[in-house]
Amino acid sequence: MTTRSLLVGPFNRVEGDLEIRLDVKDGRVAGARANSPMFRGFEAMMPGKDPMDALTITPRICGICSISQSSAAAAALGDAAGRAPAPQGALAAAIMHGIENLCDHLTHFNLFFCADFARPAYAGRPWHDRAVTRFTAMEGSALRACVEARAQILHIVGLLGGKWPHTLAIQPGGVTRAPGPRDRIRMKSTLAAFRRYLEGTLFGASPEAFAGLDTGAALCAWDKGDAGLFMEIAADLDLAALGPGPGRYLSFGAYPMADGRAMAAGTWDAHGLHPLDTAAIREDLSHAWMLGETAHPAQGRTVPDEDMTAPAYSWCKAPRLAGRTMETGAFARQVIDGHPAARDLAATGSSVLARVAGRLLEIARTQCMLEQWVAALDTGARFMDDVVLPPEGSGEGLVEAARGALGHWIRIEQGRIAGYQIVAPTTWNFSPRDANGTPGPVEAALEGAPVGAQEDTPLSVQHIVRSFDPCMVCTVH
Amino acid sequence: MNILWLQSAGCGGCTMSLLCAETPGLFDLLGDAGLHFLWHPALSEQSGGEVRALLADIETGEQPLDILCVEGSILTGPRGTGRFQMLSGTGRSLLDWVTSLAPRAQHVVAVGTCATYGGMTAAGGNPAGATGLQYDGHEPGGALPADFRARGGLPVINVAGCPTHPDWVTETLLMLAADDLGAASLDSLGRPLFYAESLVHHACPKNEFYEYKASAEKPGQIGCMMEHLGCVGTQAVGDCNIRGWNGGSSCTRAGYACINCTAPEFEEPHHPFSQTPKLAGIPVGLPSDMPKAWFMALASLSKAATPRRLSENAVADRIEVPPTIRKTGK
Repeated sequence: MTTRSLLVGPFNRVEGDLEIRLDVKDGRVAGARANSPMFRGFEAMMPGKDPMDALTITPRICGICSISQSSAAAAALGDAAGRAPAPQGALAAAIMHGIENLCDHLTHFNLFFCADFARPAYAGRPWHDRAVTRFTAMEGSALRACVEARAQILHIVGLLGGKWPHTLAIQPGGVTRAPGPRDRIRMKSTLAAFRRYLEGTLFGASPEAFAGLDTGAALCAWDKGDAGLFMEIAADLDLAALGPGPGRYLSFGAYPMADGRAMAAGTWDAHGLHPLDTAAIREDLSHAWMLGETAHPAQGRTVPDEDMTAPAYSWCKAPRLAGRTMETGAFARQVIDGHPAARDLAATGSSVLARVAGRLLEIARTQCMLEQWVAALDTGARFMDDVVLPPEGSGEGLVEAARGALGHWIRIEQGRIAGYQIVAPTTWNFSPRDANGTPGPVEAALEGAPVGAQEDTPLSVQHIVRSFDPCMVCTVH
Repeated sequence: MNILWLQSAGCGGCTMSLLCAETPGLFDLLGDAGLHFLWHPALSEQSGGEVRALLADIETGEQPLDILCVEGSILTGPRGTGRFQMLSGTGRSLLDWVTSLAPRAQHVVAVGTCATYGGMTAAGGNPAGATGLQYDGHEPGGALPADFRARGGLPVINVAGCPTHPDWVTETLLMLAADDLGAASLDSLGRPLFYAESLVHHACPKNEFYEYKASAEKPGQIGCMMEHLGCVGTQAVGDCNIRGWNGGSSCTRAGYACINCTAPEFEEPHHPFSQTPKLAGIPVGLPSDMPKAWFMALASLSKAATPRRLSENAVADRIEVPPTIRKTGK
């Protein structure tokens, strides 16, 4: 039996800082510890500030999920005020948020994830030459096409929100700019151009055809566009068997609007679908460099342990739902929303393949939803309602970022922020161990991953970690 | 020229914004100017051991370094150790890495207001001890001393903005590659003048409202946001409304206040971001270079002369009263 330990970092092509410590036995990962090695302390900055300042400060937690943070803050403030945004304002906010999520998935697939398939380590595989042409970091033709398409579709966020990232357009009462007929026409044109990119490049067919795949087998057999190239690679490398998740999925429900959420909220496990109960969330601090007790985020505090005392090994808290780890993200969202191909894949569990496939399904579905939403914009309607915040109160803001469930919890006392807690998607997926010693989802997913005798930064580990699309700047915040 | 890009304590948004560069896109734009990344944490293939080897070669001088870009503030906490941000896999803080690598570079570029002055990471009592590369807020001297000069002779080039406009970063890099950026190209806070010599106010579509002090009173109204809604575009440097963001827009074009995100300590305005502080009903912050007495006199005069079109539109959420059509010619 051979045993060694590896420290993997700097771990790039993830958003932010990540370090993974691996115990390797007989060529397999026997144990993994995920460290989020950066602490900025956004939650600790908030007390004493005007509650509306959360709209300026919290988006700056993250430059890739900025609108998600913005939407969660607006929702938490609206909840504290007991008010919903103007319906058309919520629709405009959903359009901006949908564009961000779409771009995040696109960036992940092309820039962060697939670049690894171009590595020399895969030379000789039947698909390697094509992977080099399409996916080589900064050079590949797929990357370049993606970056151009992404920059153009973000013009829609420009029109509605002024800039991306870090717009201040999304507020508890709606959005700050009422789009006119000319804006709606321009957004339609931009979406038509993006559809052309999806049809010609990513899917090689209409997004409806891809989103309409209704079995796991049909999804995995897709053979057109870059999505088809990925499926070919995934089959050859058996990515369906790599990086199993906990089999428990969480979604807060995406795109809250006047008539409900466009994608369902809830949890899913071997027993099926369950309603969401955020009262059962606790953040465990046993292995985080944090002082204090396990608490619900409405009562949580953020006090760093400046001595970084063992057994803690990360700045990340460990959120648990009813005491259990949960996987969150696009695949979880599609499973909970009832997409038949996602449900089919979930029967055998999440995996590197399933997580990437979940994002591709969601890109296709989001394009179709965005087209409907832009068509539904009423350019004569109100986009902002008055919302007056109470001097005392509390609020919960729940949204779905690209990477999964994002919650903000605010407490207001004497007109000022008294407490502010954030639980981000990657906080769930990349949490450290809890008091029971249960590893977080990515830590568990890494166990059993193959490690070559010469590898110091194992490729299997890179695939598994990146399949979660971690956003480490959100994780600790 | 080669570029090493490090992400220290920020949100990564300046890189995400950089990828929005257009006509041509980022990779062509840099490539055409002979610029390439030795390593970028979001874009490069190399991970883990490959990166540690590269950093070691730069540190020993084996690998020459032309441009060091740092995105994000530098964390000095807890207690001056920098351990609030360790560069993963290396056992060393970003503070340690950046102070070691900066003297190796021909040019050092701080990308974003976190890297330049501390930025949002330094808000709310600065719990992690965030500082900029060569400034700590307004004060010269940050992670690097005030008298630091890169090998090429320049201080840290401060491409401030939260986030940075993609063109501010690419044009700075392209000017360095063309040997077209010297000390005289920077303002007194180290910001490239090509964007810092303009004010956000310039080409703001609310300028006519501003001229007549026809003000928005609530979010969503299209009048000038200086009097009530916290807008400091008349004091903030940046060509945001001249150049346009994401296809031609800007903060004020989208109906929310300019918060002066290119400036040191913008993160702590000492009032709510979206409210204008006032003394005896008069906004405290005056437009740059404007004598107070003149501003007061002009404001009261123009307010008295505000046409109905502007006073009504200012508090509407879209244009309700169009301009009067005058007959031209005979």
